[in-house]
Amino acid sequence: MKLSDFFIKIKKDKIPFIALIVLLLMYFLILFADFFAIYPSTYANRKLAYQPPSNIYAIDKDNKIVKHPYTYNYTKTFNKDYLTIEYKQNRDKKYPISLFGKGYEYKLFGIFKTNIHLISKPDDCNLFLLGTDINGHDVYSRLFFGGRISLTIGFLALLISFPIGAIYGGISGYLGGKIDKVLMRCAEAIMSIPSFYLLIILASILPSNMTSIQRFTLITAILALIGWAGFSRVIRGMVLSLKNQEYIKSIETIGASRKRIILKHILPQTSSYVIIAITLSVPSYILAESGLSFLGLGIQLPDASWGNMLREAQEFANIIYRPWLLTPGFLIFIAVLSFNVLGDKIRDILDPKA
Amino acid sequence: MSTWVYILKRLLGAIPILFIVSLISFFLIRLSPVDPLAQLKLNPAISAETIEKETKRLGLDKPVIVQYGLWAKNFISGNLGYCIDNTKVSTKIKGRILNTLLLSSVVILSSWLIAIPLGVLGAVYYNSLFDKMLTVLSSVGMAIPSFFFAILLLLFAQHTGWFPIGGLTSVDFSSMNFINKILDILWHLFLPAFVLTTISLSSLTRQMRANLLDVLNSEYVKFAYAKGLPKAKVIIKHAFRNAINPIITLLGFEFAGLLSGAALTEYVFQYPGLGKLILEAVMQSDINLVMASLMFGSIMLIVGNILADILLKLTDPRVRV
Repeated sequence: MKLSDFFIKIKKDKIPFIALIVLLLMYFLILFADFFAIYPSTYANRKLAYQPPSNIYAIDKDNKIVKHPYTYNYTKTFNKDYLTIEYKQNRDKKYPISLFGKGYEYKLFGIFKTNIHLISKPDDCNLFLLGTDINGHDVYSRLFFGGRISLTIGFLALLISFPIGAIYGGISGYLGGKIDKVLMRCAEAIMSIPSFYLLIILASILPSNMTSIQRFTLITAILALIGWAGFSRVIRGMVLSLKNQEYIKSIETIGASRKRIILKHILPQTSSYVIIAITLSVPSYILAESGLSFLGLGIQLPDASWGNMLREAQEFANIIYRPWLLTPGFLIFIAVLSFNVLGDKIRDILDPKA
Repeated sequence: MSTWVYILKRLLGAIPILFIVSLISFFLIRLSPVDPLAQLKLNPAISAETIEKETKRLGLDKPVIVQYGLWAKNFISGNLGYCIDNTKVSTKIKGRILNTLLLSSVVILSSWLIAIPLGVLGAVYYNSLFDKMLTVLSSVGMAIPSFFFAILLLLFAQHTGWFPIGGLTSVDFSSMNFINKILDILWHLFLPAFVLTTISLSSLTRQMRANLLDVLNSEYVKFAYAKGLPKAKVIIKHAFRNAINPIITLLGFEFAGLLSGAALTEYVFQYPGLGKLILEAVMQSDINLVMASLMFGSIMLIVGNILADILLKLTDPRVRV
């Protein structure tokens, strides 16, 4: 099937089409994360921990719409009676906010140096659209940087786990006999460990003194390690029925090597199942990463991921008094929902029987 | 008789699997850079002799293969060893397993009781408003991360004060009479069970609906209608029975998913279950405790799968094993 036909079919159905648009938008936003962010990913100001979201005003005292929307800074006070830190809006000075203005310098795609941002503010203005967390990170900016990790890690893990599963299942099914038995026992053993338990144990092996790139790679590898076993079993089942078909027999007679038969003639036959399985399993990888980071075993600070941003929500006071810290949860929900809806549609298109 | 032979066969087949599970997990956990004695070593009040003694007691001075052999020998003879804080693993883990089993069975029971009627209604009133709502709701239920949902419910519990936050029993649990004790546990169980039920409910409802739709389109159902049987009878007596079989196969998978999902939910609700225990154990690199919880988690999973297969065999005589 051509890709354009595919797209037309998705477009016909409203809800999957919306899901596709939402996902494309999300990936667009994280691709240009630096442009949409207000603060760099490393920004942290401990003095401004737990500041509530800044309000933006477009109407001034005389009920007139101003040219540039403006905001106020918060001043921090310590309440001696309740032993709490309180933020109060300081209405002394207005800070105008503009679009496409200048901000911190960054490199677009790692190449083009620029400092243009969607939203820009004066240097001494503490603009936090979605408040700050305990370290004074800007939640709004980190949503983009966190999305970069949360939305890509699932795909990368799939790129590792599916080839492993396919080749493992292919070898097991095609060779058969004792090799098949041993290989399948091993796969079953991995499937018999509750996957999240295995995930926790694997993540706990990682040493703590890694760079963030190393950690990202290893977490991806770990996520990949849990998914392949179930997949390989299905592939094996398909290979078992494929290998007795006549075209395989004829290739065998010609004298093709086993490697060639498995890789070139058997596995491509399973491709439509593989595509369906991939789209349907992206969400579970996203959920697994967020769960792992939520527990503190996945992506670590200072890097952001939607899961580790939600880590703050473990503290009870935070979810009651600082609900803005919950925003990454809604984004995970929207991303997973869109993937599910789109995955169902793709399955319907590729495999109308199911 | 053949059912018994089948059960025995399956149980014997589980032994090599458990062996591989234990091998994989033991070597994985020994790879962990966390030193189980780090806390003791940092404490200046504890002498080097004590640390040496502890190392011996935990068997950390021997090569990994010997450690595994010792562990396996003890495990088979029913001795689960000691935790790092010198309590018996068996006493620590027993209650936790029961709690997780309690939570899982409540969830499975409630999700089946709700999902099957919902799925049937969705299929019978195919493409109606109800069916569409059901599809939307089940997509939402499948997409919401369990821990996030749990946090939202905690927020709800805090605002309304209707449900307790965390734990399995109230403070004055020991002074209650029997009926109040059960009510108290159910009251505490409600929120964690609600989270897990919502998640497993969604996929189950979808599956049930899809299966019944398939069956409703088959020739023999059309024939039953043509014969003049009332609709309710056709659906309950003819269609439903054939649609339920794939769901029973799902039971095994559902149990596996439940154990994993429960770990995060237990963690958020501070529910004293196996998932929370293994998390704590991993953080402290408590080998004996991790191994025991992993093994029991796997055993529960395998037994769950076997039970599902047996149930399938009982309900569908065509299934041969």
